[in-house]
Amino acid sequence: MASAHSRMRCGEFRTTYQADMTIFPTPLARRVAVVSVLLLLVAPLCLNAYYLNLMIQIGYYGIAALGLNIVVGFTGQISLGHAAFFGLGAFTSAWISNNSGIPVFFTIPLAGLFTMAVGLVVGIPAGRIKGLYLAIATLASQYILEDFFARADWFTGGSAGAMANPVSIFGYEMFTDQSFFYVVLFYVVIMFVAGANLMRSRDGRAFIAVRDHYLSAEIMGINLTKYRILSFGISSFYAGIGGALFGHYLGFVSVEGFTLLLSIQFLAMVIIGGLGSVMGAMLGTVFMVLLPEVMEFGVHLVGSNSTAMTLALAYLKEMAIGLAIILFLIFEPDGLAHRWKMIKNYWKLYPFSY
Amino acid sequence: MSENQPLIKVDNIFLSFGGVHALREVSFAVHPGEIFSIIGPNGAGKTSMLNCISGRYQPQKGQITFKGQSVIGMKPNIRCKLGIGRTFQNLALFNHMTVLDNIMVGRHHLLKNNFLTGPLYWFSGARKEELAHRREVEDIIDFLEIASIRKNIAGTLSYGLRKRVELARAVALRPDLILLDEPMAGMNLEEKEDMARYIIDLNEEWGMTVVMIEHDMGVVMDISHRVMVLDFGREICTGLPDEVMANEQVKIAYLGVGLDDDEEAQETSGEVA
Repeated sequence: MASAHSRMRCGEFRTTYQADMTIFPTPLARRVAVVSVLLLLVAPLCLNAYYLNLMIQIGYYGIAALGLNIVVGFTGQISLGHAAFFGLGAFTSAWISNNSGIPVFFTIPLAGLFTMAVGLVVGIPAGRIKGLYLAIATLASQYILEDFFARADWFTGGSAGAMANPVSIFGYEMFTDQSFFYVVLFYVVIMFVAGANLMRSRDGRAFIAVRDHYLSAEIMGINLTKYRILSFGISSFYAGIGGALFGHYLGFVSVEGFTLLLSIQFLAMVIIGGLGSVMGAMLGTVFMVLLPEVMEFGVHLVGSNSTAMTLALAYLKEMAIGLAIILFLIFEPDGLAHRWKMIKNYWKLYPFSY
Repeated sequence: MSENQPLIKVDNIFLSFGGVHALREVSFAVHPGEIFSIIGPNGAGKTSMLNCISGRYQPQKGQITFKGQSVIGMKPNIRCKLGIGRTFQNLALFNHMTVLDNIMVGRHHLLKNNFLTGPLYWFSGARKEELAHRREVEDIIDFLEIASIRKNIAGTLSYGLRKRVELARAVALRPDLILLDEPMAGMNLEEKEDMARYIIDLNEEWGMTVVMIEHDMGVVMDISHRVMVLDFGREICTGLPDEVMANEQVKIAYLGVGLDDDEEAQETSGEVA
């Protein structure tokens, strides 16, 4: 892996330190990223509702997964309560927009900030405990928040759920998937660029230092308690933004959506995508959102003419998803981001092996 | 040197773990500009002493004054800001980071950008700041001759290089006092010579006061200004390298009691105890 990092593309020269500190390793990679965003800008014009829906899902789950990656992948803490923060963001944004005149476009970051505040409080145990104990503490926060959602009628509408207004900005309401896609794209770009910047500046390095060797991190002047709690806060901010987008997309927020199962799915996204990689969070989300759809498509191909057969295929589909994840973890434990790096390195040297 | 205020003054330190007394009444002072070595057999309490200074351990009794200010009870990250840096005996690098990032972590307490300004990289001045510090870090990289590995992942490097990266990381803190825990352990002759050169340069050109633990007596006696010998948690001798080499108690601590002068030696060690 070491040589893979130190290896640069032939004919590529960096003459300034600034050129050596960019987010994208090569000008080509940057151009590819810019072109993909431009392509995404025209996507709503040519894609049908089904694909658009999937891309929107990838967007809001991806933002939340990046948040979880900051706490799990970069800081090395465990969190089993991410879905609860995702839900808190959704309920908060819905509540603010229902109870004040603030346009929905701006209630989303407000919901993120509120979720961050709650995340900082819930993160306090993280300053003191580690590993499995922290897992249980965050599990507790998951259940406490879930219970709060179910009981706080004034805030969440209780078991009936809460209505969430469509996204509006300066009186222009975005009812359609097409227009909402741009809102999600906007937040995805902002949040991922911010995440990448965070990880190449002081506090991002501090997170990784705490993960890799907390004792020497402390000797290097890093306040362990502060950074452990802060990473929970930032992670919750991302979850809150993702959750708020989710809520306003569906138009309705209900407590059933934010169970422990979703927390585990977020963990799966992060692990499959690649722990400690900004791009990995997105890749893992794409994988986890598309896998059931691909399986569904497979089932569709096989086809069936009896109810029993349909049922059997449905079960097989669920099992195949589980199997795919297990196989993935066995053969690619470092995640998709790592695999992507390997592929790039392969092409860098093609057709020679070294 | 003695007229100056000592940079660090350790006074009657007592540290125990349950019934084990790791340090007993250890006192010494290091003056600005010195290379001060701590030697002693295994388990003598050398690393415990460094841990007390850097803040990993809190001694039960005694006083440590750094730049005239007591550091007892301070957390390690605060002591780092005061100007105490260190390396570890068993490597403690951030193994999944690049060498460059490892050293940049050393700039943590000198950098100002944070989780709010960091994400706004281009607009908040974070990039400018990072660049300025990158230049300083590159000076250190040049000095320690690790430019060719700056983008390598620290965990994949050889032992000798990792030791050097650790030194670079500690130097990046810009400490006034640098604590080196066995900087030459496990190195071959050539690497040791390099390391000795770096330590002397750090002391003379970068103006750092060095407190070093080392087992290679040749190096210790060559580059140290003063040496302290610990044995079973006690200070048995402090002085110039030649004085320490000539000291009877030091010989006993290292070589054991000779057969012919058994009685005499036991008397001496009795006095010490």
